[in-house]
Amino acid sequence: MSRRLLPLTITVALFLAMAAFGAIRYDGFLSPQVFLNLLIDNAFLCIVAVGMTFVILSGGIDLSVGAVIALTTMISAALLEAGWNPYAAMAVVLLLGAAFGALQGFLIQRFNLAPFIVTLAGMFMARGCCYLISTESLPINDATYTAIAQARIPVGFGSSLTIGALIALVVVAIAMRIAHSTEFGRTVYAIGGGESSARLMGLSVDSTKVGVYLLSGLTAALGGIVMTFYMLSGYSLHAVGLELDAIAAVVIGGTLLAGGVGYVFGTLFGVLILGIIQTLIAFDGTLSSWWTKIVVGALLLLFCLLQRLFEGRTPKTA
Amino acid sequence: MKRLVHHALFWPAVTLALLLAASSLFNASFLTLTWRDGHLYGSLIDILNRAAPLMVVSLGMTLVIAVRGLDISVGAVVAIAAAVAALMIGGSFSATGEVQSQYPLWLALGTALAVAAACGLWNGLLVVKAGMQPIVATLILMVAGRGIAQLLTGGQIITVYYPPFFALGNGFLLGLPVALWIAGGLWLALHLLLSRTALGLFVRSIGGNPEAARVAGVRSSAITLCVYTFCGFAAGIAGLIVSSNVKSADANNAGQLLELDAILAVTLGGTALTGGRFQLAGTVIGALIIQTLTSMIYSMGVPPEVNLVVKAALVFAVMLLQSPEFRGIVMRVARGNSSKPLDGVKR
Repeated sequence: MSRRLLPLTITVALFLAMAAFGAIRYDGFLSPQVFLNLLIDNAFLCIVAVGMTFVILSGGIDLSVGAVIALTTMISAALLEAGWNPYAAMAVVLLLGAAFGALQGFLIQRFNLAPFIVTLAGMFMARGCCYLISTESLPINDATYTAIAQARIPVGFGSSLTIGALIALVVVAIAMRIAHSTEFGRTVYAIGGGESSARLMGLSVDSTKVGVYLLSGLTAALGGIVMTFYMLSGYSLHAVGLELDAIAAVVIGGTLLAGGVGYVFGTLFGVLILGIIQTLIAFDGTLSSWWTKIVVGALLLLFCLLQRLFEGRTPKTA
Repeated sequence: MKRLVHHALFWPAVTLALLLAASSLFNASFLTLTWRDGHLYGSLIDILNRAAPLMVVSLGMTLVIAVRGLDISVGAVVAIAAAVAALMIGGSFSATGEVQSQYPLWLALGTALAVAAACGLWNGLLVVKAGMQPIVATLILMVAGRGIAQLLTGGQIITVYYPPFFALGNGFLLGLPVALWIAGGLWLALHLLLSRTALGLFVRSIGGNPEAARVAGVRSSAITLCVYTFCGFAAGIAGLIVSSNVKSADANNAGQLLELDAILAVTLGGTALTGGRFQLAGTVIGALIIQTLTSMIYSMGVPPEVNLVVKAALVFAVMLLQSPEFRGIVMRVARGNSSKPLDGVKR
């Protein structure tokens, strides 16, 4: 088996092991709906984590995604309140998200600034803008939004998916295609592997770097729309700390934080693992919610140490 | 005059002075200091007192950034230290109506600081021994640390009833806040340590080029490890000040977003994010700028949340000014040499 596939294999195996543990330990765990709920409850995280995968593959990081989600829910709620057509509102927030990401990408690329500090400032900016719109939670009563939120797509065995979860699956499929069989995707891997080599190969490094952050902003806005379906409200404190969950999902999914190595498919399992930890803790009933954080931290540690073992062969110059 | 303008602390100091001047325009009594209840009293003292925890954390962060690192776990460490101290002190009313602490105060404070330093050491080990990127290594403790703090406190806010503990965050010594003495003392100790011994040179050389420093015989691993440990320790001190100030420990909110403020204070103070160059005094000024800004926004009657937008604009401005590429463009435009337009830059 290829050495590169090993982290992904470990991730999938870990997910199956956790599922098996839950099935043995708790009654009613092994039902299709429990597993579909993993996707339904984490649809927005999944979408954002897919965008984050590209950023991390290119060797960068995007800390602004949680705040962009909050801003998206806020702008959606404000536009709907002003009587906008729901689809027009969605288009506007998607455009805004993409523009926000592209601006950050431009600053990072053009002025050679550190991605974490640019996106950190972007995070402050987006959260601050939320508060400028309103400090209260804005409810959404729009008929289209409510209908989408309540829609269930039956998938057999008496279980169903939400539209949000379906969007997440479609995003994963499209992203896998982009990552592995387009020029953009290959360039992202090449930049992560070594930016100067990618440049010497004649790849369009500059536009791809901006594109990566544009994509991350776009997926954050889409994640925000899905979250609006899920929450039916706009609030400045939605998705606080989601950027950390997204990064954790990407890392647990087997993508190297140094960039250049990883799979979008792994990120899906990273998200599912984060979800199943919460489900296991909920099923147990005696463990408090903060155990989630501790377990996620421990898993992050485990995977980072594993990564160091794989990286061991190629010494990195910081 | 030219030397003055080029001094590393010139721009941070000018920014702070402008902010203070602007504040005094909005609030006529802003700069007045009065002597009340045996200590100085006024908005300035209030700012100094409130900025103290940020100063302490930022001093630790300055050194970490100087050795090309980053510590985003400081907020979680603040929460852990506050939780440990609050749990060990607690306080119960004895039969005589006197409040007893659970453990002696020195033991509680010592344990909290030791735990915080251990957190820093852990980060350092991950960076130095496991070779992780600093942002990732400290991300682990940032996620898990808050969970640990919540585990310690059982998710509750732990109230402290033991009055001697309150002195750290609310007390006054010789007319000035105790917290300010702590922050000032820490700065002085660091300043002497880094300017009177070779340590400062070592830290700069590690930040400038870790590999060259190691080859030149600087014990980079040991020093980097110490720097991370110190950063954890500093976060612990801040945790004690914060919990003493509010007389409780809140594992969910103590030190929330503090890591971002600390990084901002360090950047504002003129420390290069790429490592190598650091300004301890600049960091102190940076922390004061942030706190003055916060107080000013409050006193202007603008919703305090606007603070975030202002901070974001500040970060963008500072990092663009630090970027050689941006300076190059500005210089070119300023000289009127527009014959060679760059792609992406109009005219």
